[in-house]
This record gives sequence, C-alpha cells and structure tokens, in this order.
Amino acid sequence: MSNGKYKWIGTRVDRPDGADKVTGRARFGADFNLPGQLMGRVLRSPHAHAIIKSIDTSAAEKLPGVKAVMTAKDLPDQPNLIVPTGEMQVNMRDITRNILAREKALFEGHPVAAVAAVTDAIAKQAIDLIKVDYEVLPHVIDVTEAMKPDAPVLHDHLMTEGVKPPPTKASNIAKRMDNAKGDIEAGWKQAEVTIEREYTTQAVHQGYIEPHAALASAAEDGQLQIWSTTQGHFQVRGFCSRLLGVEVSQIRVTPTEIGGGFGGKTVVYLEPIAARLSQKSGKPVKMVMTREEVFRASGPAPGGTVKVKLGAKKDGTIVAAECEIALQAGAFPGSPLGPACWTSFACYDIPNIKVVGFDVVSNRAKVAAYRAPGAPISAWGVESTLDILAQELGMDPIELRLKNAAKKGTKTSYGPTFDTIGFVETLEAIKNSAHYKTKPKPGYARGVAAGFWFNVGADSSAAAHVAEDGTVTVISGNPDIGGSRASLALMAAEELGVDYSKVRPIIADTSSIGFNFVTGGSRVTFATGLAVVNSVRDMIRELKVRAAKTWGVDPEAVIWEDGMAKPAGSNVGEFEPLSLAQLAASAGKTGGPINGHAQLNAQGAGPGFGVHVVDLKVDHDTGCVHIDRYTAAQDVGTAIHPSYVEGQIQGGAVQGIGWALNEEYIYNAKGRLDNAGFLDYRMPVASDLPMIDALVVEVPNPHHPYGVRGVGEVPIVPPLAAVGNAVSRSMNIRMTDLPLSPPRLSAAIDAATPKIAAE
Amino acid sequence: MNDVRYSAPSTLDEASKAMLAANGTGWILAGGTDLLVQMRSGMRKPGVIVDIKKIDEMMTVQDLGGGSYRIGAAVSGAVLGEHKALKKAWPGVIEAINLIGSKQVQGRASAGGNLCNASPAADSGPALVAAGAILAIHGPNGRREIPVEKLHSGPGRTTLAPGEILVSFTLPARPKGSSDAYLRLIPRTEMDIAVVGVGVNLTISGGKCTAARVGLGAVAPTVLLVEDAGKALVGSSLDDAAIEKAAAACRAACKPINDKRGTIEYRTKIAGVLLKRSTAIAIERAKGN
Ligand SMILES: Cc1cc2nc3c(=O)[nH]c(=O)nc-3n(C[C@H](O)[C@H](O)[C@H](O)COP(=O)(O)OP(=O)(O)OC[C@H]3O[C@@H](n4cnc5c(N)ncnc54)[C@H](O)[C@@H]3O)c2cc1C
Repeated sequence: MSNGKYKWIGTRVDRPDGADKVTGRARFGADFNLPGQLMGRVLRSPHAHAIIKSIDTSAAEKLPGVKAVMTAKDLPDQPNLIVPTGEMQVNMRDITRNILAREKALFEGHPVAAVAAVTDAIAKQAIDLIKVDYEVLPHVIDVTEAMKPDAPVLHDHLMTEGVKPPPTKASNIAKRMDNAKGDIEAGWKQAEVTIEREYTTQAVHQGYIEPHAALASAAEDGQLQIWSTTQGHFQVRGFCSRLLGVEVSQIRVTPTEIGGGFGGKTVVYLEPIAARLSQKSGKPVKMVMTREEVFRASGPAPGGTVKVKLGAKKDGTIVAAECEIALQAGAFPGSPLGPACWTSFACYDIPNIKVVGFDVVSNRAKVAAYRAPGAPISAWGVESTLDILAQELGMDPIELRLKNAAKKGTKTSYGPTFDTIGFVETLEAIKNSAHYKTKPKPGYARGVAAGFWFNVGADSSAAAHVAEDGTVTVISGNPDIGGSRASLALMAAEELGVDYSKVRPIIADTSSIGFNFVTGGSRVTFATGLAVVNSVRDMIRELKVRAAKTWGVDPEAVIWEDGMAKPAGSNVGEFEPLSLAQLAASAGKTGGPINGHAQLNAQGAGPGFGVHVVDLKVDHDTGCVHIDRYTAAQDVGTAIHPSYVEGQIQGGAVQGIGWALNEEYIYNAKGRLDNAGFLDYRMPVASDLPMIDALVVEVPNPHHPYGVRGVGEVPIVPPLAAVGNAVSRSMNIRMTDLPLSPPRLSAAIDAATPKIAAE
Repeated sequence: MNDVRYSAPSTLDEASKAMLAANGTGWILAGGTDLLVQMRSGMRKPGVIVDIKKIDEMMTVQDLGGGSYRIGAAVSGAVLGEHKALKKAWPGVIEAINLIGSKQVQGRASAGGNLCNASPAADSGPALVAAGAILAIHGPNGRREIPVEKLHSGPGRTTLAPGEILVSFTLPARPKGSSDAYLRLIPRTEMDIAVVGVGVNLTISGGKCTAARVGLGAVAPTVLLVEDAGKALVGSSLDDAAIEKAAAACRAACKPINDKRGTIEYRTKIAGVLLKRSTAIAIERAKGN
C-alpha cells in the first residue's frame, strides 16, 4: 500500500502519548487540581417536564462550607443565534437553558442549580437543601408521539421551520428538511420492483469511559483559566465567552487527555458553571459528573424513525429512492437531521431521489454528536431495504451495491458531485476477501451493509519549531482522541525528511496556538494534518533561506532533501549539504529562531465509504445473538498510521454492533431514565465480539498532500444494518426495530411460529 | 459517606456485638462488591462497617466427606473456583458462584455476600437452592440453621435478625450418580445480571431419576425452590416428556415483572428453556459420576 512510497507514512510507530497512557501518568479531566479548589455539584430536575415556579437557595447558602450557589439567573440570557459545534448546530438561546434550566425543566436530569463547597460531601448536602417549586407538566418521550397534534408542547415559541405556509401554532416539530434529485414520480413509473418499509432506532449514548470533568479558576482581574476534557477547547472558550459575557482572549482553556468523546465532548455542560462558581467564590472550582449524570444529561445520539422506499429494475438498477426521517433532538431543537438526510442515499448513483426529514423535540436530554451523526440511522433503513431488494431479486448483496455504486462524477441528492472516491474499491475489497469467499459456518447467516460519511475540513492552525539541537516541536490545537499526535508527527517527519523520533507533537492550549475547530468530523488528520504539513513547509522555506545566507546564494538555488539543505544544481556551487541540526546550531547568526506557521480553512475533504460483512447466529430459543466473524473494509485515502486506522475501524464497528444489538435508553412512565449505568445500558463487552478484521482500502484524496480522507466516522455507519440483515436472514423474519435484543428477537420468532398446543 | 467507622473483629461474637451496637447503621463487609458500589451511589450510608474476613470460620472450606462441604460465607469466588475437589463434587454450585462478575470481582466476591445482598437475580441463589444448602447463622442468641430458600423475604431483604451473621453454607452428601448445573441468561456474555437463572441438582440410579431439586432465580421477588419441577423429574427416566413437564412447572412458578431487563413473557419462556438446558448438562455430569 503506501509502504514503499514513503519513509514514515504508513509505518506503525509508537504513539507519542503511549507511554504516559499505559503507565497511568497521563492526566485526564478529573486529574487536574489547584490549591484551594472547591468542589461543584449540580442539582438536577427529577421531572421530565415541569415549570420551575421558584428556586430557594437560602438554606444551601447558609450551610457552612458552601462558597457559592448559582441558578440560571447568574447567567445572562442569550439571543436566538445558531453557532456551529463540530458537526452539529446549536442555538445560544437553547444552550444556556440546557446548561441551567430557566422557565422549565425539560428532561429528567436537567440542571436547575449548582453549588461550590469546600468538600464534595458538603456540596452534595447543599444540593439537597435547595428547594425547587415545580409544576409538573405532561411529558412526551417518543418521537412519533411528540409529532402528534395533541402532544404536550415543550416550547411555546417553536414554529416548524421549512414548511409553507409557515405554521401559526407551536409544535414539537422544529424543522422540516427536503432534498431531491431528478423526478421521483417518473422514477416510480420505471420501477419493476418496489420495496417499502419503516424502521426505528433508539437513542444511544456515546459511552465514553471518562465522565465529563472541568476545573475553572477565575482571577480577580477578569482572567479565566479552564481545564477540561473536551474535543474542542476553542469551542469551550467560545461558548464560555458568550455564556459568561467574558472576552475571548481573557479565557484560556487547556485540554486534558481525553478518555473518549466520539462527538459527545464537542459541547459544554460543566465548564460555564464551574467558571461562574469560581467567579462568584473567588476560588478554583472543580466539577466531575457521575456516570449517572453522564447518562441522564449528556449526549446521546438520537433515536428515530426511517421510512424507505426503493424502486428498481429486475436487473438490480435502482431507479427511484425515497426516504423520510424523523429524529429526536432531545429537549431543544437540533438533531443531526441534515447529515442523516444527506447521507441516506450517498453511496448510490440513483437518478431520482426524494428525502424528507423532521427534527423533533421531546423530554429527553439534548442530543449531541456521535460518530457520523445521523448517518447510522438513515443507513439502518436504507441498507436494510437494499437487503430486502437483493433477496427479492435473488442478487448477491455486494453485486447489487456494485451495480448502483456512486463513482467519480456521481451527483449527490444534496448537491455536490463526487471527485475521486473509493466505494467500488471498498465493495471489491469485501467481495475478494477471505471472509466473503468462505461460506458462513453451518447455522450462521451473513449480513452485508455499506456506509458513507462526508469527512470535514474547516479551520486549523499549526506551528513547527526547530530547537537549538535540530529536533522539532510540532504544535497543533486539536485534542488527540484517536492517535492524531502520531499521525501529525509522521506527516511532519515525512515532509521534513527527519526521523520520527526527532519530532515531538504537542497540543497547545487556546492561548498558545491559533484557532482550531473541534476534533470531530474526522477532520484532524486531514485538516490539521494539512496545517502541520504547511507549517513544516513554511519552516523548510526559512531553512532554505538560512542555508542560502550561509552559502551566499539565492534561496531559490537551495533545495530541501532528506532532512538537509542542498544546492539545487552544480551551477549553484560546490557546498556540503547542511543538516537540520547544523542549520539550527547556526540560527543565531543567520537570523534567529527558525519556525514555521500555517493557518487554513481546509477545503476538499475526501468522502469515505465502508462496507461491512458479518456472520452470526441467532439462538432461536433465547433470541441471543452470537457473532462469529466480522470484516470491515473502508476507503481511508491513505493510512498514515495503519494501527490507529484499524483501531478506528474496529472501534466504530463495535459501537455500531452495540447500537444494533442491545443499547437503548429505557424510560419509565414518569419519563425518567431507567438504565442510567453500564449494567443496564448494555454496550458490548470484549467477550461478545470476535476480532474485527479491518481491510484498509487506499484511494488517495486528491486534495491532501498525502491523500488523507478521514477515518473515524464511516465505520459506525454500516454495522446496524449489517447485523440487522444477518439477523433477519438467520431468522427468516425481517427485523425493522432496534435494538435486536434477546427479548425482541425471541418475541418475533414466537410470533412467527405456530403456538405449541401444550402452552 | 461521612465518618464511617471500620472494624475487623476476629470472632463472631465480637462481630455480632458490633453489629448490634451500631443500631441499624452497621453493615457487614465481605468482598464489598455490592456494599461499596451501594455506598458510592448513596444507596447505603453505613455508620459502622464490620469486616468479617478476619474470622477464620468464615474464610475456610471444610470437606465433611461423601461430597459434603461446609463453606465459609466470606470465601471468595476465585478461591472456590480453584478448589478442585469441591468443583468436582458440586460443579453447578461452583459455576454459579464463578459467574459472578469478572476476574477482578471474583477475587473479592463471596457467595455469602451474594446471598445476603438478597437480589432475586443473584447467581449463587438458584444453584444453592437446588443443592439444598443449609445455612449456619450466628447471632446474639447463638446459632441456628435454615435451608437456603428461607433466607430471603423479598428483594434486598433477608430473615436475618439484628446482629445475625451468615457464617457458612453446607452442601449435603449425595449418592453416586448425582450432579448439578446452573445456567443463566444474560443479553451479553459477561458483566451482566441474570434475566433468568436456573439451577438443577439430580441423582440418577438405574436409569431413573431418584432425586431432583430445581432452583429458579430472577423471576419472582425471591429465589424459588420449584418443587413441582423436581417432582416431574423424579421417577422418570429423564425423557423429553418429563423434562418438558419440569419446564412447564418452572414457567408456572414464574411471577416475574416487566422491567428493563426483560418482559414477563420472555422471562417465563426462558425459565423453561434454561430448565431443559441445565437439566441436560446435569444429566451428562451425573452419568460420569
Ligand atoms: C462489576 C460487578 C459485576 C457483578 N456481577 C454479578 C453477577 O454476575 N452475578 C451476581 O449475582 N452478582 C454480581 N455482582 C454483585 C456482587 O458482586 C455479588 O453479589 C457478590 O457475590 C457479593 O459478595 P461480596 O462478598 O462482595 O458482598 P458484600 O458487598 O461484602 O456484601 C453484600 C451484602 O451482604 C451483606 N453481607 C455480606 N456478608 C454477609 C454475612 N456473612 N452475613 C450477613 N450479611 C452479609 C453485606 O452487608 C451487604 O449488604 C456484581 C458486582 C459488580 C461490582
């Protein structure tokens, strides 16, 4: 693959943060402490939907050891203003209400007040002393219920956007979205086979192991420092600036090591509260969520309903495709509806497409991004329907997809026309894999599904510094959640022509490097990678200037090769090459320190495609699923560090398998979450899974110097339908509702089997 | 969790006294894999913790001969799992205890703690009920013995009086041709809680089942001894019809609830499925004995 073409790229070097992480030296969110710090706690609503009539904090304030108490009154209200956070959009008016409820509590776990005290125990005691007078309102949890005309309305001001004429009555439907291509009615007329089905998925949590944690220290002169476990410290800074009314440059946010985020740490929960409590008390304030708080009040990804209709010719050519998606936004508008709609048919070259989407609020925690936000949900519907079509036509599911695969030049339903993409190559990688060429074991059934993600670019800054001994520091500003430090250092070493061990990548705080958009959208290796490459190129330009000065020649007469400055040709003169170390040693005489800088808004992110195949067995008596073999192929552009690329593919597949099999939010009749812990929120454990074989396909992105596309999100898109298709084929019953948990499968099997007389 | 006092007495009398003196705020600590989790979540707020792991009797396994063993209530699952003779004599009981948690949890968790925590879904319960284990209880008024199925009075509740401590459980002697098995259903393969658990203990002699006991967990407020299931098996040649009759008895005994872990229909059905599967394993094992 890329080996051979490059010296460093494509090698499996040790990660720069590896030793710290395996020895326990690495400091995560909850590991940061300051002298004199207080502990903060949040009081949360026990009700799914209630008017907050009054909050009495007087008893809490009087408790010895309590240093500050706050409610939403301590934060200025915010305008109705949409700002981007990673792949999602948030409204400032809503986000301040999500952080601390104002007029109403909108979900169980909704923060209502907060305290800071000298110990955690006192803070907890103080929380219990706060009296909130609630008027409990009827609640609604389910999307379909929330869309009904008589459903309890969460927001009196919410008029559905995107419908004509604009509605005059508030509802829970925040938005309708449409996108289309061709002429759908003409498409149905050409169709010889049509398949139509309706699917549901449940809300799922990102399930990062590390709970949210923040430490804030406000100084008397107005400066504010924050340490936070986040995917985007610049976003934390931006949000805190708006929410607290503090100028951006007064705030310095340092990202800690991060124990998983998967999109769920691109928003703020604790940081503004800790900061305000610190301002009020004059002391540093530390806050750490419990696991229960994480489940009740952070994340999750939405559940939703997906209706899909496909029309095809008998030879498998798809001529028409329609999809209607309704997603849970949680308590405030803003589900990942756009990506869910746009990705739905992105894998396929279909002439006539119609997609409609609805963003629906209900009394659940506000959703946050989760790996390829929205895409797994529409793919669950579309890829399941494709499987039914394949069965109906008697076609191999890979052949059906190959026949309709998007290629360079395919126009998507949402606008863009694809440049070079690798979907066909990825399908062929599966078709030619040892797994696909071997029949499933007796009793096992096989499922196949594909998935798409855009991958994004956006803003990045980077710097490269040469130290006096010729070693290099590469500075960027994206928290490393998937091994990006290693990838950035590999690209820098490749570009500079020096040993990987001579390059030390660091992640700078918000005051030490220019702006960087979040670690999300699979953008870091692509966009920040580009910034790093450009910063190294800027440094090389300077190195050539210094060599030229040393030799007394024009900078244009110097080339950079194998980590050394060399004369461009024999006509320049006879000069011994100058190494990085030599140039660094003489820098003081040639113009001072040698650094490079780059900043950019990265364009040309390369879309990624994945195809997964799974062999599994359903125990017909119990409904339990056993996965025997799983292979995931993906076009990654170029695998800068193959181990971390494979790790991303495996991790995404596992999360998708969990989403398919057991993960779900379970609410009781009062609208309270019944499974706010890892015991009853069932993510897969290691013993549930076989080794996930990752097949890395490399079709380089023409818009990146090393062909990077982005890897982290695609792999969570196919597994839901891959597993579902295998389960449905195994049971000979088409399953359309997630999760495919043992009770559900068992009930479906029983419903399809004639009752035994004895029972 | 303010100001918890910790004591680790070396005799049962001292432990019992310490519990009485704590006046309802005392909690026994065996492995702590339930207690510490409950303290962390705020569900338990002990004033006194009485660690019983320094009491010899509670930490020893005694071979009483003929396949009978007396097992200290605080012995960890890992220790029991490594006791070869015990494991051979009572494979069902030991596999049930060894299913608790993970490797790490096994290093601490005890069967006594599992029983006294009184979860109807606890894994050791059905196997010990099937085994006919007898509990020795030490209290302010001395000792008493009860069959294991008399320990629980409801979810999280036991019949232990203030100051009473579970000391040991005794597995009875069994004739040749006996064995046992335990199976549970969990949605995952590990680190999960039983949706249903079934323990079967039986004796085969001359091709006929001469004794059988069935314990059923997670389908009622307490672990159940399903006498009708045992009766269905005894006297039969353990043919399909007899086993189906025992499965039907298990289904009939179920009084489950609909909850996040399973529906009534599902739990009831699985009780029958697991009865059949665990009986099959117990038969295989008994034939080898
Ligand atoms: C990660 C994890 C996984 C788990 N998985 C399982 C599982 O798969 N199956 C399962 O059944 N359980 C499981 N558990 C629960 C727990 O591990 C078991 O119930 C275990 O057997 C408890 O034993 P212990 O010695 O740790 O009890 P402790 O926590 O020490 O005690 C439990 C309770 O019993 C009381 N107690 C203990 N010993 C005595 C005694 N001798 N006399 C009177 N009272 C006493 C204590 O005061 C306490 O209330 C799991 C727990 C964790 C943390």
